This record gives sequence, C-alpha cells and structure tokens, in this order.
Amino acid sequence: MLSSYQLDLLSNLGINILLALSVYCPMATGQLSIGNAGFMALGAYTSAILTVHLHLPLFLALIVGGIVAGIVGVLVGFPALRLKGIFLAMATLAFGEIVRNFFMNFLKPLTGGAYGFRGIGDTPISIVWIWGWVLFFLLFFFFLSRSRAGLAMLATHDDETVSELIGIHIVLLKVGAFGIGAFIAGVGGGLYAHYYLYIEPEFFNVWESIHMVLYVIMGGMLTFWGAVLGTMIFVLLPEFLRFLQDWRGAFFGVLIIGLMIARPSGIVTREMLRKDFWHPLRKGT
Amino acid sequence: MILKESQLLTLKGVSKNFGGLRAVNDLSLDVSKGYIYGLIGPNGAGKTTVFNLITGVYPCNSGSILLEDVTVTELKSYRIARLGISRTFQTIRLFPSMTTWENVLIGQNTLSKSGIRGILPIRRAQEVELRRQAQEALKVLGLWEMRDRKAVTLPYGNQRKVEIARAIAARPKLLLLDEPTAGMNIRETKDLLGVLSKIHELGITILVIEHDMRVVMGICDHIFVLNFGQKIAEGSPAEIRQNEEVLEAYLGKEE
Amino acid sequence: MFIQQIFNGIMLGSTYAMIAIAFTLLMGILNMLNFAIGEIFMLGAIFGLTFVNLGIPFYLALPLAMACTGLSCLLVERFSFRPLRNAPPLVPLLSTIGFSILFQNTAVNLFGSERTQFPQWMEPVNFHIGPVLISSTQIITLGLAVLLMVALDLFIQRTRLGRGMRSVAESLDTANILGVDSNLIILMTFFFSGVLAGAAGIIFGISFSIVSPFMGMEPGIKGIAAMIVGGMGNLRGAIVGGMFIGIIEVLSVAYFGSSTRDFAVYGLLFLALLLRPQGILGVLQPEKERI
Repeated sequence: MLSSYQLDLLSNLGINILLALSVYCPMATGQLSIGNAGFMALGAYTSAILTVHLHLPLFLALIVGGIVAGIVGVLVGFPALRLKGIFLAMATLAFGEIVRNFFMNFLKPLTGGAYGFRGIGDTPISIVWIWGWVLFFLLFFFFLSRSRAGLAMLATHDDETVSELIGIHIVLLKVGAFGIGAFIAGVGGGLYAHYYLYIEPEFFNVWESIHMVLYVIMGGMLTFWGAVLGTMIFVLLPEFLRFLQDWRGAFFGVLIIGLMIARPSGIVTREMLRKDFWHPLRKGT
Repeated sequence: MILKESQLLTLKGVSKNFGGLRAVNDLSLDVSKGYIYGLIGPNGAGKTTVFNLITGVYPCNSGSILLEDVTVTELKSYRIARLGISRTFQTIRLFPSMTTWENVLIGQNTLSKSGIRGILPIRRAQEVELRRQAQEALKVLGLWEMRDRKAVTLPYGNQRKVEIARAIAARPKLLLLDEPTAGMNIRETKDLLGVLSKIHELGITILVIEHDMRVVMGICDHIFVLNFGQKIAEGSPAEIRQNEEVLEAYLGKEE
Repeated sequence: MFIQQIFNGIMLGSTYAMIAIAFTLLMGILNMLNFAIGEIFMLGAIFGLTFVNLGIPFYLALPLAMACTGLSCLLVERFSFRPLRNAPPLVPLLSTIGFSILFQNTAVNLFGSERTQFPQWMEPVNFHIGPVLISSTQIITLGLAVLLMVALDLFIQRTRLGRGMRSVAESLDTANILGVDSNLIILMTFFFSGVLAGAAGIIFGISFSIVSPFMGMEPGIKGIAAMIVGGMGNLRGAIVGGMFIGIIEVLSVAYFGSSTRDFAVYGLLFLALLLRPQGILGVLQPEKERI
C-alpha cells in the first residue's frame, strides 16, 4: 500500500507526463512550443469554471477544457506555420504569457484573478483519474507512432519541403499536432485544477512551459517514451537526492549541461525501439 | 485544344524571376508518356528551377504547366505530388531520422487511403499489399539487407537508390531526376542506368537533368537543352550532338 | 507627464537594450541563443552588491562584478558552445537553460533569496529639465549604459578585433582562411556579452532599487523579445528594440495599470512575430532557391 506522500508524488508525475506529451506532439512535427502552460491554464480554468459554477460532471468539464485549449491551439497553430525555430519558440512563449495575463485581468468574478481560484471541489480527484488519462494518451501515441500518420509526422519533422513534395499534407499535420498537443495540455490543466483544488495565474508561467520542454528534450524528443522518461527523471529523481537539499536545482542544472554534451539526442532514441513493426504485416515474409 | 493521346506534361511560356534575375525565360516543352527525356545545359541554366516550378516549390511568374489535361501551375506541392509527379534532388535528401525501409514506405503515403485515419489499421489488406511492394522494390534494388539501417548512413550510391525508390514508391506518372549520377563512379553509374531502365519498363515517364553526356546520350529518347533559362535546342541525341548552338553553350564560341 | 513617462521608458529601455545587445552579440556572430544571459544579468547585480558589502569602493566593485559576469559567460562558452558546435541549435539552447537553473540556484543558496538593494553611495540630487524630473542616479546610470553601448559599437566598427568579429559573423570558415583567430574572437564575444549583461544588471539594480536572485528571469525574456522586435542579429536593432519595449512597458503601466504590463510587452512581441518577424531594423530575406 502506498503512503499518501507517494500517491501525491505519482499524481504529480502523471500530470507532468501529460504536459510533457503535450509538448512532444508538436515537437514531433518539428515545432518547438514554449507556451503550453498557456494551454494548461485554459484547460484548468475552463474545467474549474464548469464544475464550480455550472456544476458539470468532471469528465465533461475535463473534455470541454481540453477542447477549448485545443481550439485555441489550432487558432495559434495556423499563423505559427509561418514561423520557424526561435521565432516560433518566442511566439509560443509570448502566447503563454498573454494567456496568463488574461486570467490575471479578466473573468475575475469567476476565477478570482490574481488572487486565485479556490475551492475547486471538496476533495482532490483520485490518482486513477490522472493515470487513466495518462494511459489513454500513451496508447494514443503508441498507435500513432505505428501508423502512416505518425510516419508522416516524422517526415515533416525531418524535412518539410521534401515531405510536401512527396504528397504529405504538412499544414494539416502541423496544425493538427499543435491542436492535439494543446488538448492534452488542457486536460492536464483540468486534472491539475481538480487535484490541487486551487489555481492561480502565476502557476502557469514561462518556467512551467520550459520545464515541459526540458522533460521532452532530455528524455529523447523523437519518441513519446522520451517524454515519459524525461518527466520521470525530473519528478522522481529529486526524491532520491534529499541529501542535496537546496542544491538540487544546481544538480539538475549540471545534469542538463552534462547530458547535452554526452547525449544530445536525449536518452531514448529511435534506434532503441523495435524497428521491424513497420515490416510486412504477415509473418514469415 | 486537341490533347494528344500520349501527352503527359506541357510547359507553355513559363517564366520565373528571382529578384532581378530571370532564371527561366518563356520556356515551352512537351513530354509524352513512356519515354525518357533529358534536360541538359551549362551550370546555372535554370534546370533545377524548372523542376521546382513543375513541382510547385515556387510559383511561376507567367506561363502554365499542365499534367495531362490538368492545370497544375497554381497548385500546392502536395497536390501536384498526389497527381503523380515525383522527384529526386541534386543533393540527396533522405529523411535522416528514418531507416531505409521507412524512407521507401513514406513514399507510398499518397497511395494509402487511410489518410488522417491512418492511426487505425483500416484497409489492412491494402496496407499488407503496399508493404509487400516496398519489400519487392528494396530487394530488386539490392537494398533489402540495409533496410533497418538509418538511410543516411548508407554508401552514397545506395542512398541515391533509396531516394529513387522513395520517389517511385507512389507509382508516379512522371519521375523527375535531378543529376542522379552526380558524384558516382563508373560502376555506380552503370548500376543506376540499370535501375532507370527498370523504371522505364514499369511505364513511368522520366525527365532527367544530367551533366554526364554518356548517360544522356545513352538512355534518352529526346533531349531539351537550356541556357540562361531558355530552351536553345531540342531533339534526339544524334541531332543534339551536332547542334552548333549547344556546342557553343557548353564550350564557348570559337574565336 | 507623458514626457516623464517617455524618459522613464528610456531608462528601463536602456537596460533592456544592453541585455538585448548581449543576446545579439552571440546570436549575430555565433548563431547561438544563450538563455543564461538573464541569470548573468542577475549575477551582475549580485556580485556588485556582494563586493560593495565587502567594503570595496563602488568604482572598483562594479567593474570587478562585470569582469566576474564576463567570466561566467566564458563558462557557458566552455560547456554549452564549444562541445556542441555541430549539434542542432536546440541542444545548446537547452544547455544554456541548464546554466540558467544552475546560476539561479547557486545565487539563491549563496546569497539568500531575500530581495535587497544597493546602498546609496551619495545623496541623489534631483534635476528638473523642462517638465521632466531626473535624479543624479539616473543620469549616471543612463550615462554608463550609453557609454558602454557606444564603446562596444566603436570597438566593433573601428578595431581589428572588432572587424574580426564581423568577419566571423559573416562566415566562420572564410574568417579562418583569412587568418582571423576565430577562437579568440569567440571567447571575446562571450566575454563581452557577459560583461554587458552584468553591467545591465548593476544598472537595473541601482535604478530600480532591487537586487535578488530572481531579478533576471523577466528581463532575460524581454531581452530576447527586444532582440527580435528590433531586428535579429543587428546591434542597432537591439538598442531600438530594447528602447521600444521599455517605453511600451512604462506607458502601459502608467496609463492602463500595472497588471497590463506583460500584456502590452508580450502582445507586442506576438504581433511583431506574426506581422513583421524581421523586426524594426531587419530586412526581409528575398526569395531564394531552397533546393
């Protein structure tokens, strides 16, 4: 039987895995998004407003929160097509900050503005809710990675120009990946709100977004397992490093610097995965 | 307009500027089905630009391009590819994250009907057949043993073959090859010529940019010659060999 | 009132401009985004205050602090740039994020997370120039900022090493062939970048009476924003961008309230990227052959 501390840790891990997956999705098509805390906020606030003020059931609230985030993601995804590299990263960062500021200044009667949104429910949701969604999305990415759509995403990531010339619809893939990533972050935000029962705009800041990106790139950005492993390292490892106390931050800083020198592609690489699942489907050929 | 039965690709008065530079100037040409065409000319003559215009990488400044009877001039690249035009590139551009097998497989994406629903194994029978075809292609090209290696780690000649395999995986009507034998030795070139013959036998029409005259004269049925973005001559290999203007373009005027 | 706000915006903008220049030096010459500049900015103020508190007079403490931040930036060169020359740009960026985390955590542990400020070294005298109220502190800090930026501009335009920097920016290989000591240039670029960021931190700390390990987070990002809005890789663009963002920030607080501050700045950045990504002084790249 797990202690309540351990359950809390695992719940935190689950939510962070979702956030990492939300960054992995657009990154799989070559789009770096440092603004997913903004989508997380959209999902968190939307779902909280729905359960607290409109008394909607949780599942519905989470889905609507995710959809709101997803729609905004698609809306941002279209102009984002024009931007590459650092320009896209900064645009998504700016977007995340705009969302955070939005919740600081608007909808205050519903959300409490900068003072925070308290009392999102009476008791935190159980860990099953969180990991149910984690498992769902892991399955989603599992099947996606073994599908032609997934292969097309990888092609888009590698070389957009050539992908288009092969007949791949890169607009659909890129905007779609952006929107799906936003949806996942929105669901993560909703789960966060209903687990901790309190949210405020300050939570959804740039460094949250940067952490999500960190997990994905450190873990290995070309496969969704990388996002999972990266999150596990950053959320679970500190538990084993208690002796470092206040210096754990510095440790992770050094870890990042060292890992980028030693293994710039991240820990989990495509080479480590089974290669033959793309082979002829009948056995023995 | 009377469409010749065998007419595949038509360029009419196509022009393209880059800033002040006129890269392609009022170019017209006809490509008929089932033949091998050569596109030659000195460096900077605009040959790759022509490929880029055909495949929609750049918009034309004027003129029109037709594939059979469909105007493709304004279409986006992925639509043109799906209509049946494939190409390779001057510098080999394989997908660096993918294995040889995956690079060929992605070429088939336009044939696969699963599209965005490709996440589910719908149309399993079609998928099995596609993979069988990809396997066959790799075996015929002698690439089967390297199917699980990252494509960019293969020797140069093999990489070129993978790129071509990817291009024909979608059974295109027209294949554009941009200097396929660049950087190859004699043995690799002969090897590649064999591949091109096989592609020709499959009924795919080929338009190839080449500098190696033995290749051009050897396999092309008809040749277009470009200089400064304009067509200065066209004809059979024998005719081109004798053409004064062509010789001048390559060798310069005799003083 | 409006003019006063403009002046305040220029004060703020000049520090943003210096941070933006620190980013631009590395971006323009070495094509690298050094995320740690924000924390190096903070270290400038931290080192400065520490040295002053140790009894070192201001006029020595501050240059000493700037030298320390220059060295900090050389650390970044050694571990985030040199070993990662051939990696995709995302990798060095992430590495500098690691340095950000390292620098900030170290500052918190060694300096304390309390927010303090520089002691006054003299009684500030207030001047009235027309409708504008300026304190002597502001004159000195603004003067320092301008001095440093002009000195850097002159260095790059007029000296041999400065020409070396410009040639490396154009093409590293060609510069090498022409006998430019590119390794020295690279070290110098990082050092200058660190010095400038540290100086900006000191000036910011004095002007706005704040020294804390967390003071670099926002200015760092705004420095990147200024670099982009002004025109990437362009030193003058960095100055223009920094001023622009500083003025916008001050005006939005003055006329719409402090909670709109970030709205204005990030809204501006977002719009700029959508509508004019090349920035104010940047040039739109003409259509070029991509294949």
